[in-house]
Parts: sequence; C-alpha cells; structure tokens
Amino acid sequence: MAAQLKPGQGPLDYGSRTWLKVLFAAIFFVLYAPIITLVAFSFNTDKRGVVWRGFTLDNYTKAWNNASLIEALTNSLVIALIATVFATVLGALTALLMWRFRFPFKGAYEGFMALPIVIPEICMGVALLLFFVNSGMMGLFVALPWPLNLGNIIFAHVTFCFPFVAVVVRSRLVGFNRQLEEASKDLGASEWQTFWSIIVPYMKPGLIAGALLAFTLSLDDFVITFFTSGPETVTFPVKVYSLVRRGVSPEINAASTVLIVITVIATVLAMKLQAPPKADKV
Amino acid sequence: MSDTIVSIRNVTKAFPGGVTAVDNVSIDIEQNEFFALLGPSGCGKTTLLRMISGLETPTGGQIIIGGEDMAYTPPNKRPTNMVFQSYAVFPHMTVEQNVGYGLKVTGVASDEIRRRVGEALEMVKLTALATRKPDQMSGGQRQRVALARALVKRPKVLLLDEPLSALDAKLRDDMRMELTRLQETVGITFIIVTHDQDEALSMASRIAVMDRGAVQQVATPAELYEQPKTRFVADFIGKVNLIEARVHRQIGRKVDCELKGVGRMELVSDNLVGAQVSVAVRPEKLKIASSEPTAAIRVQGKVRDVAYYGDTSHVVIEAADGLNLSVNVQNDTRLGGSGVERGQSIWVYWAPEDSIVLTE
Repeated sequence: MAAQLKPGQGPLDYGSRTWLKVLFAAIFFVLYAPIITLVAFSFNTDKRGVVWRGFTLDNYTKAWNNASLIEALTNSLVIALIATVFATVLGALTALLMWRFRFPFKGAYEGFMALPIVIPEICMGVALLLFFVNSGMMGLFVALPWPLNLGNIIFAHVTFCFPFVAVVVRSRLVGFNRQLEEASKDLGASEWQTFWSIIVPYMKPGLIAGALLAFTLSLDDFVITFFTSGPETVTFPVKVYSLVRRGVSPEINAASTVLIVITVIATVLAMKLQAPPKADKV
Repeated sequence: MSDTIVSIRNVTKAFPGGVTAVDNVSIDIEQNEFFALLGPSGCGKTTLLRMISGLETPTGGQIIIGGEDMAYTPPNKRPTNMVFQSYAVFPHMTVEQNVGYGLKVTGVASDEIRRRVGEALEMVKLTALATRKPDQMSGGQRQRVALARALVKRPKVLLLDEPLSALDAKLRDDMRMELTRLQETVGITFIIVTHDQDEALSMASRIAVMDRGAVQQVATPAELYEQPKTRFVADFIGKVNLIEARVHRQIGRKVDCELKGVGRMELVSDNLVGAQVSVAVRPEKLKIASSEPTAAIRVQGKVRDVAYYGDTSHVVIEAADGLNLSVNVQNDTRLGGSGVERGQSIWVYWAPEDSIVLTE
C-alpha cells in the first residue's frame, strides 16, 4: 500500500504550500498596493499628500466643493448612464439577431460586430474624431446646450460599449431552451407576448451584467473620450489627468476613491449576475 | 360511434435538404381517444405531433381539428396544447404563474384564472407546491406542472411528446397510471408520441405504428400484437419469430405453403399473397416437448441458449435449415424451472391458428 499523504501534500494541494503562498502574497501586493495607497492617502491631512500626517475627511469635502471636479464627475455619470441605456438596447438587439436568425454573411457580421472590442482604443479614438470632424457632427454637438453637447462622447461610448453587451447577452441566450418559446406560443401567446414574458426575463441577468459592464467601461474611459470631447466638455478621467499634471493633491485621491468604489460595485454585481445559475437543469 | 376530432389527411412534411419526415399520412383520431403515435426514432412521429400543434407546418395535406382545416393556423390559435419532452416549464415563474400563463396571455379575468389554476393544480396534486419555483422541484413534479398548464386551457386535444422518457422506472409506472386516470377524468382526446411499445400498449386505446415517415398500421393494442399487418409491425411490437415461407398455391382463404426448416402446411391468410411470405409466431405461443408431439406443426431442434428471467425463461432452439426459434417458457413450478438445458434435443410445436401470414 502507498504511503499515507498528510493533508496539503497531495498532488493538487498547491494552495497549502508555503512558497506558493508567498508568491500569491507578492502578486497581490504588487497589484493592489498602489490602489490601497491611493485610498489611504485620500484620508491624509498632509497638503502635499506625500507623508502620512493624520486621518481626515476634509479631502472628500474639498473635492465635493470643487465645482470643476464635480462638473466633470456629473458629465461622466450622465454620459455613462445614457450610453449604457443605448448600448444595452443596441447590444441586446444585436445578440437577439445573432441568436435567432440566419442570414447571409452572418459569420462575417458577427466578427465585425466584435471589432470595437479588439481595436486599440487609440485607433478608435482617432477614427471617431475624424468621423465627427469630417461629418460636421463635432461642430453641431459642441454648439448645443448641456447635456446635448455630450452627444458626440455618448455616441463614441455607445460604439465601443455595445459589443460587450452583445457578447454577454448572446452567451446567455445560448442556454435558452427553444421549447420554452414554443410552449408559450402553444399556450396562446403571440410573438410579442412571448418575447416580453419569456425571452426578456431569460435575458435579464445578461442584460444587467452587460449594462453594468458598459457603465463601468464608459465611466472610466479616457483615451476615446479625450479624442472625441469638445474643448469645453471635461469628463472625470480627463479632469483627473489634467489635475495630476499640476501635482497630485489628496482631493484627487478622494475623488478617485469614489470612482473606484462605484466601479467595483458595478463589476461585482455584473459578475454575480453573469455566473451560471446553480442547478440549472431547465 | 364517436366523432372524429382530429383528421389528418395526406399530410406530408418535407424538410429543405430532401428529408421527408412525414410522407402522405392519413389518420382519423376520435373524440376522447387515448391515441399513441409509436415508432423508432426518426420515424416522423414527433414531426407529425408538432404539425398537429402548429409548431411545424406541413408541406402538403390537411389537418382538420374540430371540423376546421388548421394545417396553417399558428399554434396560439389552435385548440390543442402540448406537454413537451423537456417539460419546458418557465424557470422564472412559480408553479401558479406557470399554470396561469396560458390564461393570462389570452386575457382571462384574474379571479377566473385563480379559480381554474386552483382546480388544475388539484387535479395533478400540486396544490401544496403552488408558490414554488421549478428549480426547487423534481422531474416528476415539473412534468405535472406542464400537464396542469396544458389542461387548464381546456384544449380539445392534449398532445404529449415522449412524456415518460425522462422519468425513472418507478415514477414512469405511476405517471402512466396517472395519465390514464386523467384522460378518463377530463374527457379530452390525448395524443401521445412514444418510442416505447410497452407505454403505447398499456395506455393507448388505439396506436398508429410509424416507420420512415409512413403509417404502417392503425389498430388497438391487442390487434397490433395479434394481427400485425406487416413484418415491421410484428417485429417492432413485442418479440416474434419470423419464418420465411414459399407459397405453393392458394385455396380460398388458405394458403398451401412450405415453411423453411419446418415443413409444408396450410395456413389461414386474409391477404392475397405472393410467392414469398413470412410467417410470424409469438414466442409465448410456442410450446416445447421432449418427445414428439401430435400437433400439426412441429419441429425438432437443439437448445442453443436458455436465458432465465424469473417468471419466464427465453429458450432459443436451432432447427434445420438454420432456423432459430425463440420460445418463452413459463417457470410455473418453483422447483421445475424451464426444464431444458443447453444442447438438449427438443421438439417445438404450435397451433396453426397462432401463425400469422405476412406479405409485406
């Protein structure tokens, strides 16, 4: 008989080996130390933000009272919200089209649709800028009152967000049992009733996950926004960038912490909803 | 006697790509029947059921339901409801909502929905689980939800697609009795699709046996078993010994024929026969004897195999000309067993009227 193994010595018990634990700790430190520092220093009393002097919430108050920072944050949130709505509807419709229908060049279309996911952001930014300038949309939107002057940024954000929604919703739809749709029609429901009471509820986790993904992507996008925003409009990431160039102040730390919290919450929710349901036998 | 509720006339379904799933099928199904479509997989029985429900449209023919041709009517406008093989219970709705769905979408008043859902749940004994979600239920319970959901619509015809195939053996027996009971209580025509001959024989009042898109025979279970019209039906329903035979001549309703490995004899045949026929005999109609019997049809052979099944033993006997005969022997005494052993020389005999002459 083989020698008895102690717990942690089995071939797959990697997690309980010391060297691996140290490696994990080191990786997590490198990944999260900068973020933790940023969050910690948002509570620092020191003006220059380099040395820890004491705990305070003043930075949050100051950030809140900084009109231009708040304006940038409001812009970002408005853009993210509107872009999310459009991207979700557009993405869901695209996913439905891909799932439901057969048409010529479907494969090619599916590939092209996912292009904004893989194209380097800088190229997307330049392309959208050229498009807006040459089509005259840039001048058109910039002249409009708020929030319509954000139109070009929203347009750009929808462009790169909706493929993400489409991919998420499409993967959800793959598991749909077509007999549910047939059962609904067999029980007397029209196509429209079937869509709203059977297919949409089934897509819901995918829709929410996709929407949250789009929201986070839009909220912290810098490159594309930088290229497509007019001279007067500033979003939060762009504002932070311009402030940092004049030296880091704890105010930025505070504002960034708020953004991190929003993003993390949205991401966690998205991941939860995307996880396959337990014991999904239907 | 009773009226025809579903009349399938010359229905054909050809799929693009050249597959003809259902080929010129005509069946009349009567009011209050428990009708089974039976056949091996790929015989077109499910396609036919789906055409009755409207989920599939025929490429030719008529489907008359309740006196109206509905071949091209969409499923939501037909007086039929279906119990799907996967049950297709809506996962995001409770049992109550599932059962009430079909009434809600057609605009039935909410207090009537509540009353009818209550009745339907009582009928399938699910009242206690009304507020559960499908993922908290067993396969058998989900099937009851699917049944209640279809019956609550009070359809003229209830369609069941392989309703027992996903259940385990014990549950299957219970459900089989339950379905028969339900059909008698509600008085609705049931049409069931199955590949399991036991299911069809034990539940249905009439069975249509299908093969490769065509109906082979429509008859009661006993007729199918004892008077199969074709070799396919004889072979598909139960076990059978098929013996090749050459016809010498026809005398009235009898044929004078030579059975391969058995000998020359006269057998009753209703059909006008060709030169080459098959004679079918069920294994339980064959008898064995250790010494030469006096019966008209008898053949001597060697026991090649004995399979013990408790109540019966299946004995395979090899006779002359490579003829193999299966015999079911009742183990009717506790100590006697089948009384035969492998390699033993034995006589097999049967009554002429137990032979069925098959031409196609």
